[in-house]
Amino acid sequence: MKKIKSILATDCGSTTTKAILIEWKDDRYRLTFRGEAPTTVEAPFEDVTKGVLNAVMEVEELSGRKILKEGKIITPDSGVEGVDIYVSTSSAGGGLQMMVAGVVKSMSGESAERAALGAGSIVMDVLASNDGRLAHEKITRIRQLRPDMILLSGGTDGGTTTHVTELAEILAAANPRPRLGQNYKLPVIYAGNNKAQDAIQETLGEISDLDIVDNIRPILEKENLEPSRDKIHDLFMEHVMAQAPGYKKLMSWTDAPIMPTPGAVGSLIEMIAKKENISVVGVDIGGATTDIFSVFQGKFNRTVSANLGMSYSICNVLAESGLDNVLRWVPFDIDRSELTNRIGNKMIRPTTVPQSLEELVIEQAIAREALRLSFIQHKEFATSLKGVQSERTISDAFEQSASGQSLVNMMELDLLVGSGGVLSHAPRRQQSARMLIDAFMPEGITQLAVDSIFMMPQLGVLANIEKDDLKDEASQAALEVFDNDCLIRLGTCVAPVGSIKAGQLMAEITLNFQDGKTEVIQIKEGDLKLIEHPYEEVKVSIKPSRGIDVGAGKGEAIESSIYGGVVGLIFDGRNRPITLSKTPVERIESLSKWSNAVDEYPKGDLL
Amino acid sequence: MAHSYTPGLKVLKKTLFKKERILPLKGKVLVKKGDKVTPDTIVASTNLPGNVQMLKVNNLLNIEPQDVKNCLKVKEGDVVKKGDLVAETAGIFGMFKSSVESPVDGTIESISDTTGRVVVREAPVPVEIDAYVQGQIEEIISEEGIVLTSNAAFIQGIFGIAGEKRGKIKILVSNPEDEITEEMISADLKGKIVVGGSFISLAAYKKAINLKVAGVVVGGFNYFDLKAVLGYNLGVAITGTEDLATALIVTEGYGSIPMSNATFSLLQTYDGQEASVNGATQIRAGVIRPEIVIPLSEDSSNLSDVNKEPEGIKEGSLVRVIRAPYFGRLGTVSSLPSELHKMESETMVRVANILLKKTKDLKEEEILIPRANLEMVELE
Repeated sequence: MKKIKSILATDCGSTTTKAILIEWKDDRYRLTFRGEAPTTVEAPFEDVTKGVLNAVMEVEELSGRKILKEGKIITPDSGVEGVDIYVSTSSAGGGLQMMVAGVVKSMSGESAERAALGAGSIVMDVLASNDGRLAHEKITRIRQLRPDMILLSGGTDGGTTTHVTELAEILAAANPRPRLGQNYKLPVIYAGNNKAQDAIQETLGEISDLDIVDNIRPILEKENLEPSRDKIHDLFMEHVMAQAPGYKKLMSWTDAPIMPTPGAVGSLIEMIAKKENISVVGVDIGGATTDIFSVFQGKFNRTVSANLGMSYSICNVLAESGLDNVLRWVPFDIDRSELTNRIGNKMIRPTTVPQSLEELVIEQAIAREALRLSFIQHKEFATSLKGVQSERTISDAFEQSASGQSLVNMMELDLLVGSGGVLSHAPRRQQSARMLIDAFMPEGITQLAVDSIFMMPQLGVLANIEKDDLKDEASQAALEVFDNDCLIRLGTCVAPVGSIKAGQLMAEITLNFQDGKTEVIQIKEGDLKLIEHPYEEVKVSIKPSRGIDVGAGKGEAIESSIYGGVVGLIFDGRNRPITLSKTPVERIESLSKWSNAVDEYPKGDLL
Repeated sequence: MAHSYTPGLKVLKKTLFKKERILPLKGKVLVKKGDKVTPDTIVASTNLPGNVQMLKVNNLLNIEPQDVKNCLKVKEGDVVKKGDLVAETAGIFGMFKSSVESPVDGTIESISDTTGRVVVREAPVPVEIDAYVQGQIEEIISEEGIVLTSNAAFIQGIFGIAGEKRGKIKILVSNPEDEITEEMISADLKGKIVVGGSFISLAAYKKAINLKVAGVVVGGFNYFDLKAVLGYNLGVAITGTEDLATALIVTEGYGSIPMSNATFSLLQTYDGQEASVNGATQIRAGVIRPEIVIPLSEDSSNLSDVNKEPEGIKEGSLVRVIRAPYFGRLGTVSSLPSELHKMESETMVRVANILLKKTKDLKEEEILIPRANLEMVELE
């Protein structure tokens, strides 16, 4: 008999609070009901639990199951009412905002940033001894930012203490104040050289709420993020959340600590990559920010592109990518000044939806650029450790770039998961698949999926339950629901890459379907083809042309199993990077051809 | 009757306007509850900690950090003047001494043995907060600031730049469909808040800045012209700190869009009267809209509530379309079907049936519009 028969999980976002109910049914855990309600952190309610109760009430109404009694959640599940576990995540009130500091920007600075991002925070700035700013400029910056928390690192254990102490002195001189609440000291975590701990205590002990944890870079070759990440989570609960209205009450209801939303998503993705032994990229594109999570070679990374999003930050996508890069995805002519005003109006009225096909195509063009730019930032950040000595021959003794290579390898990528309004709510799933492929440009064989209702945060916190008697079943529930209910499988993208002339054969693919049918298709450079097929295994053998790689090396044939989905099997012969003709007529012709190949948009006057 | 919640911007003829004026750090409140204040009355003040100069004494004297204390001529807490001796080496037989002088007037805040640095803190920077609008002090927040109230006409814009300004209102156009042209901006408008109809060109706005006009209130502005004003592309709508002589408050959106009749006629009523404006905008959670506040007499009858939640759209409501392809057009709601409708984009949404009003160039027509793309035009 299962100890956990039912689970209630909520995610308190900055605008919406979402509740899901997971139940043990027919020998497995399934998502059974979900509800949502506006978040109630801000005036006039100023109590997050009101929104939680409203969302849960919707679940109650839909399921017919009594979960609430006198404004509280009934536990445990008595068979007819209540739930066994309740967990929650939160990003309300702007999420967790941190500032990090390290001695060398590309070394301890980057490790500190990785720890903060991994814990689910927004990193407002990275201070470093070598960031080119003078002491007083750093002080002014710290004062302006008012973070929720600061992570200070620097130096290897037993090494020189001067630089990291200098950073602490700068912090002390700035005497920063926390963002929320006037009457408590700012939490500072020190995760640097252990020899400097006393000096740090002396400098910052009085003016801040100082916590000392193990060094984030005990030696150059090793990054030790766990202690800092855990401490950030603890402090998030103790300080930041405790200041937010209603959270103390909410914390008393949950069976596991409340996690920052992106931290929970990250930990779920990390867990899935580990369990399946695969490389994963997950993206969540919101109105203001785009989060990217990846696991390559077993290493987890998260980045937040704080100003790339589809409504609040839409003009910033335009500013950073340039109008031409957006317009290259639009298969018709449009007046440029009219278009920039339209995009500006989306920024100031962020809740509008595309009514016309023209508006939808433009919005999805912008999404491609937002995703592309966020992924560039992610690739630059997700690297192997910098500053690590590696053995070299005399010929490359002066070469400094051997460390710090990006871990992101598109040929290695197995699963690409998208979420966020523009991907999850696209009128046709083909559009989501196209946006993901055009922006991320997967190579070789890659499965595509979307998380349609963004359930990953709740599953992430569920997978992190630490109570001994519950944790196995809780993580089983999280993984089963992830497999069965969370992802909408779009299909698989097969993309051979390598240098070849336009229109020439890139690969010949033989597909063996489960019903015994066989199909052979040829992919030429510039082709995009779709075979509609549900989420079922298809055996493939791929024979690439000379110089072309589909995963086994140039010209090497490959045998594999791939899966269809709501879109199907997509064969992408557009070489990497995908380039579009500068001639408008040719560009529009290619775009229309690719659109038609996957039935992306309704046919009409526009396309 | 079916109705739907669609936020609109506030255009209130008379309301009890409330404003918090809070110091960035704790300080002193200079007024009492019940005091009458003008926009220029200083209501609270404080001292921000002064700038910090960090002297790397060990480097400057070429000695080890732990030896710094032996060379110091000052101790923590000492007041120093610019040029005062901070540290000096003994030299050789009293000769060839090296020394460090204070680069500023200030106080010695700290001396570090570990890093050899001496921190000199400059004098505190005084900060004062004024009342911003004419009114009465309603509440004192001890050591932090005040809340004031004012009977006022209150208008919100959709987007603005530059912070708080004040001046007399001057209407420049005769109807809300007219644009403010460069010729209309003249030297006698210095310090005034000028009101136009549908649009102001970049050239006209720049001229206003040069002539130190206090504010421009207008229906529309071109998004791409913002770069020429700000010097950078505006990526997110978080503004208010721009250092510009002239605040810009856009009431309708980007492009050329006639100012709503309600806004225009209310501003017309107070032509020549003092107003306070603020271009600060934040379109995120905790939204801040640019505002125009016109203080009125103290008669507090017929006040409408500034915090009142906007009413939902009902059959017969006057609405504005806020997204292409019908952007900016006004219409009345003829019905609110409850079922989802498929738009041309194939998006499934809840819609409203709208009878779009005739304009100069477009005829009256009945059309389905997603409810999310409508904004209530509040008539009071």
